[in-house]
Amino acid sequence: MLDSLSDLYWTYQNIIHGIAVNGILGLSVYLVLSIGQLALGQAAFMGIGAYFGAIATTKLGLPFPVALLTSVLAPAAVALAIGAPTLRLTGVYLAISMLGLGEISRLLFLNWEYAGGALGLSGIPERGGVYLLYGVLIVLIIALFFVGRSRIGRAMEAMREDETAAGVMGVNVPRYKLATLVASAMLAGLAGCLSAHLSSFIGPNEYGFEMATTILSFALLGGIGTPLGPVAGAAILTLLPEVLRFLADYRLMINGAIIVVAVLFMPRGLLSWRMKRTV
Amino acid sequence: MTTTKHDAQTTLDVEGLTKQFGGLLAVDGVTFQVHQNTVHGLIGPNGAGKTTLFNMISGVLPATAGSIRLIDEPLDELPTWERTRRGVARTFQNIRMFADMRVVENVITGMHSRLSSGIGSILIRNGSFKKEERDAEAKAREQLAFVGLEQAADRRAGDLSYGDQRRLEIARALASQPRILLLDEPAAGMNPAETHALVPLLKKLRDERGLTLLIVEHDMHLVMSLCDRITVINFGKRIADGTPAQVRKHPAVIEAYLGHKAIDAKAAAPTSKVRP
Repeated sequence: MLDSLSDLYWTYQNIIHGIAVNGILGLSVYLVLSIGQLALGQAAFMGIGAYFGAIATTKLGLPFPVALLTSVLAPAAVALAIGAPTLRLTGVYLAISMLGLGEISRLLFLNWEYAGGALGLSGIPERGGVYLLYGVLIVLIIALFFVGRSRIGRAMEAMREDETAAGVMGVNVPRYKLATLVASAMLAGLAGCLSAHLSSFIGPNEYGFEMATTILSFALLGGIGTPLGPVAGAAILTLLPEVLRFLADYRLMINGAIIVVAVLFMPRGLLSWRMKRTV
Repeated sequence: MTTTKHDAQTTLDVEGLTKQFGGLLAVDGVTFQVHQNTVHGLIGPNGAGKTTLFNMISGVLPATAGSIRLIDEPLDELPTWERTRRGVARTFQNIRMFADMRVVENVITGMHSRLSSGIGSILIRNGSFKKEERDAEAKAREQLAFVGLEQAADRRAGDLSYGDQRRLEIARALASQPRILLLDEPAAGMNPAETHALVPLLKKLRDERGLTLLIVEHDMHLVMSLCDRITVINFGKRIADGTPAQVRKHPAVIEAYLGHKAIDAKAAAPTSKVRP
């Protein structure tokens, strides 16, 4: 029994890790969407976390916990710096500025010789493992449920429904926007660092537009009624390419088709129920 | 501050308030005082600038010129949420419910500035957090009972009837423990029975809760029977200010707004809405 479980784990290790990493990314995008902003910056924050974390262990020989901390703080600092000017934008304009951030960070990684330039960083030590991954994921899900069922969660839902009315209710709207962006950047950075230390290699092109839309599609498919929605969406979109392996060349097409179908027929996502916001 | 001291304490002091949208002067130097524990009406034809005034008082729109004071404290530089914390609450002409939330959650959201649990106690769900949340829910249900919506507390807010949504907006605004409550056309879209029930509710707010109300409304019967004082504006300018009886007789008001017919009909059953 244990042997077969162990076999299963070794065979499907990449998928098992991928589901947890993508689940954390799903939570990151969930945060931004739950205040009604369109989120396309997650891939960039993930890349920043991955690079800073990988440099900490590979180049500087720092212990893994320090790398994790770096990978959370670096994207948080970037989010703070760009948040003040960009969060005055809304909707499509914010999305475009976040795409810009993604391109800028990609070009920076591409030309950063110290971090391997176009070749990327290789030889990243393997750290973390399945228990840490799923432990982090579960703790984050619980934490976001707790936050959701508090004055903060109510304020966030109020902002998603009507920003003006939320302000009149006493919600400090700009502060909530900035805090949400920073928290979301931290989660994406953490996911980036964890995945970098499982794949042993990162490249500058892994965190571009394609990744940004993939992360967004986790939430589109799963729904944002509860934190479980985007995690479920991430699990499905991670498993699907394996199940549909025989369609390998059409993978992105299938992903796209799923998103179109989800948006058209399940506008609230697969897990469409909404969390209660009282104790 | 140019106004004479009134014997009643001034809750809201609006002085020369002006709003310019490009070439349009929507509100042009409007001045009035709302006295403590009174119902103050703000009336005028459509497009007179009443909602723009509300938006400036609540901080939704910045004023071009003029000043707003809440009990001698200037509000001009403060963002919306700070004004809410200091005691300005409002409802909206076009209802702005949080439609997906339950009714009771809408009201608790209105308490946002009165709740203080930080992220730490939220994440560990300690006793003080749970107590604050339970107290908030109990208070929210009290507010709902006050406006007569206790039965609907756990329904989805967007599923309520129009009149009930208006009352929910009042309950949600009350939840922030305001000193002054701004009601933007609370009777709009209500049927006659609902409008009839609104008058005693608003009177209770003044007489039992000691609240101060500033109310924009087109239902003249409601305005005349409820308001202690009325300010009339037209084309962004104040054209009259006084008690309902004074305003009714004011020539500028008759000319600009009510028309002779309405004045003649005031002795008869005065239920007609002036709005088209």
